[in-house]
Amino acid sequence: MFQLRNGGMILKEILNEGPRLRPKSAGAKLRLEPELLKRIHHTMVKSRVLEERLIRMYKQSDGYFWIGGPGEEAFNIPLGYLVKKGQGLDYDFLHLHYRSAGIMTTLGIEPIDALRQMKNTALDPFSGGRNFSNHFSKRAWNVVPISSTIETQYLTAIGSGIAHKRHGGSGITIVNGGDAGTAEGDFASCLIWSSRPGNELPILMIVTNNQWGISTPAATQHGEKSIADRGKAFGIKTAVVNGNDVEESYLALQDAMNYVRKERKPFLIEARVSRLYGHSSATGCNLITEEEDCLATFEAKLEAAQILTRKEMDQIRENYNTEMLELSQKVKQEPLPDGSTIYDHVYAGQKGRYW
Amino acid sequence: MATLVQAIRMALHYGETHLGVKDIFGEDVGPPLGGVFTATQGLKTSWNSPLDERGIIGAAIGLGLAGDRCVAEIQFCDYIYNTIDMLKLGGMQSWASNGDWSLPMTVMTPVGSGIRGSIYHSHSFDAAMTHIPGWKIVMPSNPLDAYGLMLACLKDPNPTMYLKPKALMRVRGQEAIPGEPPLTPEGERQLKEMIDAPLGDRSQWKPKWPEGLTDYTVELGVGKTVRDGDQVTVVSYGRTLPLCAQAADSLRDEGISVEVIDLRTLWPYDWNLVSASIRKTGRVLFVNEDTEVTNFGEHLIRRSIEDHFYHLEARPRLLAGAFVPGVGLADPLEMASTPQLGSITEAIREVAAERA
Repeated sequence: MFQLRNGGMILKEILNEGPRLRPKSAGAKLRLEPELLKRIHHTMVKSRVLEERLIRMYKQSDGYFWIGGPGEEAFNIPLGYLVKKGQGLDYDFLHLHYRSAGIMTTLGIEPIDALRQMKNTALDPFSGGRNFSNHFSKRAWNVVPISSTIETQYLTAIGSGIAHKRHGGSGITIVNGGDAGTAEGDFASCLIWSSRPGNELPILMIVTNNQWGISTPAATQHGEKSIADRGKAFGIKTAVVNGNDVEESYLALQDAMNYVRKERKPFLIEARVSRLYGHSSATGCNLITEEEDCLATFEAKLEAAQILTRKEMDQIRENYNTEMLELSQKVKQEPLPDGSTIYDHVYAGQKGRYW
Repeated sequence: MATLVQAIRMALHYGETHLGVKDIFGEDVGPPLGGVFTATQGLKTSWNSPLDERGIIGAAIGLGLAGDRCVAEIQFCDYIYNTIDMLKLGGMQSWASNGDWSLPMTVMTPVGSGIRGSIYHSHSFDAAMTHIPGWKIVMPSNPLDAYGLMLACLKDPNPTMYLKPKALMRVRGQEAIPGEPPLTPEGERQLKEMIDAPLGDRSQWKPKWPEGLTDYTVELGVGKTVRDGDQVTVVSYGRTLPLCAQAADSLRDEGISVEVIDLRTLWPYDWNLVSASIRKTGRVLFVNEDTEVTNFGEHLIRRSIEDHFYHLEARPRLLAGAFVPGVGLADPLEMASTPQLGSITEAIREVAAERA
């Protein structure tokens, strides 16, 4: 029986340069400002409830497939808050995978748009009803189209990394993916291309390690102690963090991003996270209670630190539950894309069967 | 009188000085080699990449999405096959995002037989590439088109695939590229001295580009009739195109009038040109050297039948490469694997002779 083994553990480790984070205090005192913690919590709840609504929609036959990232909020929401959002090379480029709803929620997507993509309606702004749920795309924020192919995003990240390097400034390229996908050669390509001597690229490489590859435990396929270790061979700075810990994730990401923004060199960060609803709807998308719930962990800390009360947090969740339900009901009434549009946008500026 | 590869090089130079090309890269693309066929010698934005085809295509996609125009090279198309899903990914960026993104980028790769390249340096890629929507695909057959098609690719907002017929790389054209030295032996020598890197130490060498290069562009999707005729239509591109023209010239002496069309762009292709010719001749032969099963020419035959069933006076035909895993090295094997002048001439003769 393979279980996630990082529950409650601190796996913080900054390699190559020694510890870069402030040591965690033994007590309940939190290290980030209360207002920031409240905002992060708020967004975590919003993202979680959105994901749970997507799953419900799938189970109610209001979508063909669900895949997403509930369980990664403690890492992805801090990441979203640290992104330099905008269009063009003055801002960060994001090459994301399909467990990034937390990041997109933090960046400010309208939840109804995620529901529209689940329902494949014509108003889905990310793909026009063409792609699975959580396959976001938003040019205004440099979020390149998410693909179901695992790991190709580590290849496309090379390109915007080159462009960022040439452009200068503080914009960086951010790429994320899962642990199982690192078996693809594309992950190694990113390590190699981002660390070419004299041509190092400002890329923040992220691996969210949930220790599963669909139904296959990582421990049966991977012998490496940590995925981040692979960066060492290329002289890339690396870190392993407990992705179920909001503060540890925030501080580690802040540290890594500051390094990439300033030094214009790559950084590889591995976050140990939970996968609360399995791989996708293909594996049932039911809550897995054996895995640590980062939201519950965080709420317990907030309550202990008297930053939020249980009642306040329950109210936040209830408000989002109501909102998401109403939005999903609205989406159900929206039209699906017309079949005559299948050739639209195959080519920029063109459409039609043969041209 | 530039060779085809010199024409490509001059077009790339024009691209990096006038069209915003910022990166020309791939395996051995930068100095000192400047490409295994010398297509990128002396270019100021050329650089060498790791030997990683998937990384090359991925980097090109990322550059294009970031708004930086690039040209990526896969050294031989035989090595592009492990990038198939990256090509699919590139072709869908606009469509998958419902038009939010566009992807300006160009990939170029040498294709086809003719240099005795054996199993992994002789393959074609037009059949596979035309199965991937979202790309515009070109293959020139002469230096002037090589120049003009490259500029068209560099101006297009979509991913473009530039297939270089390696057998024609050193072939000179009959039409001048605007701005190149005179079409004389002296002009050839002059151009060579200006833009071909010397053998040996090249560390101090710099090209001297012709100053009069222009914006000459061959519009994508526009073919060209290279021989007029009224009995048989022959449609080809790349290496086999000059052979088709040569066959047409020789068959004229036999009283067979052959119209030869250079498709130039495989997608979107110039169906109006082909269609009009079929209406005139009632007979059509498609010629290319990719393997014959699920060949691009088969698609063109299907359209010929659908659009011109009642115009046709003979069965539409395809002459293509043998459906074998590669092109064998020995001369008789290569000759038997891909269309040659003799087999093309004979195929045209058969189409012309078939009783209506």
